Amino acid sequence: MGAYKDMFDVYKIRQDFPMLENKTQQGHSLIYFDSAATTFKPYSVIKGGDEYYLNENANSHRGDYDLAFKVDQKVDEVRTKVAKFINANKEEVVFTSGTSMSINQVAFGYGMKNMTENDEILLTEAEHASNVLPWFKVKEMTHCKINYIPLNKEGRLTVEAVKSAITKNTKIVALAQITNVLAFLADIKEIAKVVHEHGAILVVDGAQSVPHMKIDVKDLDCDFLSFSAHKMCGPTGIGVLYGKYDLLRKTDPFMSGGGNNARFDMCGNVAFLEPPAKFEAGTMNLAGIYGLGAAIDYLNNLGMENIEKYEAELRKYAINKLKTLQNVIIYNENAEGSIITINVKDVFAQDEASYLNSKGICVRSGEHCAKILHEFLHTVATVRISFYFYNTKEEIDSLYEALKTGGDFLDAYFA
Amino acid sequence: MPTLLNPIMMREIIMDHYNNPNNKITPTNVDEYKTIRMDSTSCIDDITIYLKAKNNLIEDVKFDGVACTICTSSTDIMCDLVKGKNFDEANKIINEYFNMIYEKPYDEETLDEAVVFQNTYKQAARIKCATLGWNGLKELMNGDEKDGKKD
Repeated sequence: MGAYKDMFDVYKIRQDFPMLENKTQQGHSLIYFDSAATTFKPYSVIKGGDEYYLNENANSHRGDYDLAFKVDQKVDEVRTKVAKFINANKEEVVFTSGTSMSINQVAFGYGMKNMTENDEILLTEAEHASNVLPWFKVKEMTHCKINYIPLNKEGRLTVEAVKSAITKNTKIVALAQITNVLAFLADIKEIAKVVHEHGAILVVDGAQSVPHMKIDVKDLDCDFLSFSAHKMCGPTGIGVLYGKYDLLRKTDPFMSGGGNNARFDMCGNVAFLEPPAKFEAGTMNLAGIYGLGAAIDYLNNLGMENIEKYEAELRKYAINKLKTLQNVIIYNENAEGSIITINVKDVFAQDEASYLNSKGICVRSGEHCAKILHEFLHTVATVRISFYFYNTKEEIDSLYEALKTGGDFLDAYFA
Repeated sequence: MPTLLNPIMMREIIMDHYNNPNNKITPTNVDEYKTIRMDSTSCIDDITIYLKAKNNLIEDVKFDGVACTICTSSTDIMCDLVKGKNFDEANKIINEYFNMIYEKPYDEETLDEAVVFQNTYKQAARIKCATLGWNGLKELMNGDEKDGKKD
């Protein structure tokens, strides 16, 4: 780790990203603090996707000729890469369009099939819509129950809270490893133990965690894990569902078609392929898969431990700086994730986000579901600052300067 | 009057209609109103517009909900402007307003205080905020009524 300081040269890293080269917004240098929504992509990822269209454009699944064979090989290679990245087996890696599709696949293919009206799904109030709405659908179809594990005062999910909420009827527990507004890190490994002791399965939303930290699904022992390539320097429209193999076998595909069946006849007899192929009907986002492979190479090259370390350093720097501003309220000072959620006193979040836009700074304002906002935030909306390993302390300094005068938000309108 | 406005006055007008809106309240006799819920998919503004009209004459317009300064203030000013007008007159004001927002020639006199939103084009992301209430009223006058979420 002694090499970290030398290896992790953020200014050098920034040269890998076209979006970090002389881009402006409202006449200012562009400062991007919305990486929790989507990250910028390095040249290598863009080239990775282009490689498919430029040199290897053929369909996967049935390669009778060299070119198509190459594509199959590449898809296989990227699947292996993803598996290694999260310490899974290759057969446990399903390509999807992203986290939302991954969670929907579990909800529709496993939840819908296995839940009954006596069963219960446990969620928390800090979940992203993508980890709530699919379960509502399962409830609607199976009449199962949905309950919420209470968060502590800070907004954090504790193992104790899971222990006290879980019952013998709990069949599915669905949680974000890092939540998308408050960014607290859940102890998935300990939670998995509790969940499994009760005979339930743990479905983890990794959209905000996988891009930022080393993940080992065998060590965590989660049953499903979902994540998106575009939040980890990869292309949009491609993501991953990891599932333990025996559970993937018990999960139905929610799309059928070319590429997911071994054979069928017109009498309705169908033999589906084994996982992961049974979930990958239709032509996949092949350029996306190429790009995802390049993204994983890129992250591996930097080192997930280094990324985690640098982001923690950056967060600490930002918190210490923003804390000195009397007009700024910080809602998640102690969170682990690379997200800082704030408001400027007496300014509606969207007005502040627009003001920061006028200074070239990209942040996101958001409204939160009723419970969270009242219990933890005492506000209807917040400004989310989210960063990645390519952000710098100087950018945080610019944010600090802009927030100093954040109360003058109508300046944005009359500049 | 509008041409004499300077940026400081314009700010004051916007902030005044944001902090002390005349028309931001759910009517007590809500049954007498046609309502439409306008929630933007591109931002967090979420307001309901209430219209009370008889024979195409606007007797009252109100709104309520959660919205940013630009949305709240522009909707409040709109309510003031169209009250007591008939649908044709109201539509004319709304059309002039859209002309201004979308950088076409417009009539300042017709828009009165609403001219304070003339800079909206500089912040493209705010066009939705500045037009949400105005679109809602237009839809209500066209007879579109929606209580639930727009999709």
